[in-house]
Amino acid sequence: MIEGAKWRRWVFFYVPVTAFVVGLLFPFYWMIITTIRPDRELYRPWSAPNYAPFWTTHPTLEHIRNLLTETLFSTWMLNTMFISLAATAISLFCGLLAGYALSRLKFPYAGLIGTAIFITYLVPQTLLFIPLADIIRNFKLGDSPWALILTYPTFLIPFCTWLLMGYFKSIPKELEECARIDGAPRWKAMVYIIFPVAIPGILSAGIFAFTLSWNEFIYALVFLSSPEQKTVPVGVTSELVRGDVFFWGELMAGALLGSIPVAFVYSFFVEYYVSGITGSVKG
Amino acid sequence: MARVAMRGLNKKYDEVHAVIDVNLEIRDQEFVVLVGPSGCGKTTTLRMVAGLESITGGQITIDEKVVNELPPMDRDIAMVFQNYALYPHMTVYDNMAFGLKMRKFARPEINRRVQEAADILGIRELLKRKPRQLSGGQRQRVALGRAIVRHPQVFLFDEPLSNLDAKLRVQMRVELKKLHERLGTTAIYVTHDQVEAMTLGDRVVVMRDGRVQQVGDPMELYNQPANRFVAGFIGSPAMNFVPVRIAAQNGSLWAESESLRIKVPAPIAPRLGPYAGKQATLGVRPEDLRIANGADTKDLSFDVAIEVVERLGSEILLDVAAGPTTMVASVEPNVTAKVHERVALAINPDRMHFFDMQTEDAI
Repeated sequence: MIEGAKWRRWVFFYVPVTAFVVGLLFPFYWMIITTIRPDRELYRPWSAPNYAPFWTTHPTLEHIRNLLTETLFSTWMLNTMFISLAATAISLFCGLLAGYALSRLKFPYAGLIGTAIFITYLVPQTLLFIPLADIIRNFKLGDSPWALILTYPTFLIPFCTWLLMGYFKSIPKELEECARIDGAPRWKAMVYIIFPVAIPGILSAGIFAFTLSWNEFIYALVFLSSPEQKTVPVGVTSELVRGDVFFWGELMAGALLGSIPVAFVYSFFVEYYVSGITGSVKG
Repeated sequence: MARVAMRGLNKKYDEVHAVIDVNLEIRDQEFVVLVGPSGCGKTTTLRMVAGLESITGGQITIDEKVVNELPPMDRDIAMVFQNYALYPHMTVYDNMAFGLKMRKFARPEINRRVQEAADILGIRELLKRKPRQLSGGQRQRVALGRAIVRHPQVFLFDEPLSNLDAKLRVQMRVELKKLHERLGTTAIYVTHDQVEAMTLGDRVVVMRDGRVQQVGDPMELYNQPANRFVAGFIGSPAMNFVPVRIAAQNGSLWAESESLRIKVPAPIAPRLGPYAGKQATLGVRPEDLRIANGADTKDLSFDVAIEVVERLGSEILLDVAAGPTTMVASVEPNVTAKVHERVALAINPDRMHFFDMQTEDAI
């Protein structure tokens, strides 16, 4: 908090913070208001009488109903859920083992391998999807959820590995040494001592991985083609924009419903998540 | 119960030779303390006994069995760490039971042993708590409890008291000593605190730069330090060192410097003979100095200027200057000495130490 005169606090704290909060929340507000706005309000010109751009006088759930009955939205939700959970599970499992090994075991080229894993994370998806598309076709996985479940880990595993590596390093190594003296072989010390202590870190990695897969767009766009296989981000944008016709109400309803699971996951684990990112364990 | 032996023990890291040719025999039921300044290799030595560090050279045996390649869990040891290393997600009970569970003890036996250890340490009412709900001293007890439930052959302690405040440390020190007398388990204890070393150890091993400097019981280290380092490390306040020249005159030897001239007592004169005409270091403990009175011979006393007077109650520490060298003298509490006063100090002739200038070994 800034000390000193009141005006300084206003100029340097309250005003910028308010601007940030309003700026960040406005798109969400716009999404919600567009969802419940009837079509005749959505498509009327700026110059119309009684024009009220920031609220609506006739809220309606019609767009949500259309979305759920007229489109494959519920299928897309299930697809996205399945793909995200499976990709997250695979990535967490690999990330846990790799992160543990890189932070705790001494083996030749450990540092080099760690860096190599990190570099793969830096290759942009917009380039990587070209060779991956070829691989997916060769394995005949195109247009199936497995195309995504197996490609998402290419960026999720490096991410989870590095986040967990950092977290494991913050756990005093004496905990594990003590367990090993107590009679636990390394894998038991890992499972009974290190992993339970690392739960905040594991949860944050999981939440992040889940969110990244849930929101992923380019692989889903390239690898899936039939409408019933699509994920929410791709389904909504490809099926609700026909040519130059934008079904704004349904689009925003799709965006709103599609962001609920992620918001739910975040709010549920927010405490773990914060301590996972700031990472600290006391023995 | 077991003997532990280290033979030609070495540990090399990439650039550091952390432990050099350590030979040590620890008898059954003995409490041995490794002491030295940080970086002297004492913790590394302990961790090699525990199996947490690989051994570069030499051999460690526990109960006549070579354990060099044995994983920590198969060495039948228990270790107490400086930061306690309690498992934060487990209750005190589970912390103590973990080692027994891993070794597949039956449930009633686990329960019996945990309760027994909890009784010994007075932590019965804490068994259901989590480590973060405990104070430092309580955590320390739990860490001890976790070590004793297993009835191991050897206890290893890695500076277990250094995270406690001064008062609690003294209290736990006494309890550790009692615990060892009660259980009689062989123990190796690492500390940088020479008071802990002296009070706890049946024998004390002083280490420096990876090498053992001296092994002996506490009084032996105090009375007959093997070299200048041990002499300066053991004892508080530390021993005073004065560079002197050994001179032969009138059939006896004298230790001379700018500010003092002391007659070398007859019992140690033969050993100092070869140093006649050469430099040496005179060592004298603060408690072996006192204010000279009329009865004291000139041969064993010297004049100093008092710079600081520290009244500790049971004794008074005088920081004095004898020419260019400063010394500390511990004198009776009834001495009325004032700052800037000049007094004569007398040396106890039976307790003078001489050290070689180059090798620093005791003469």
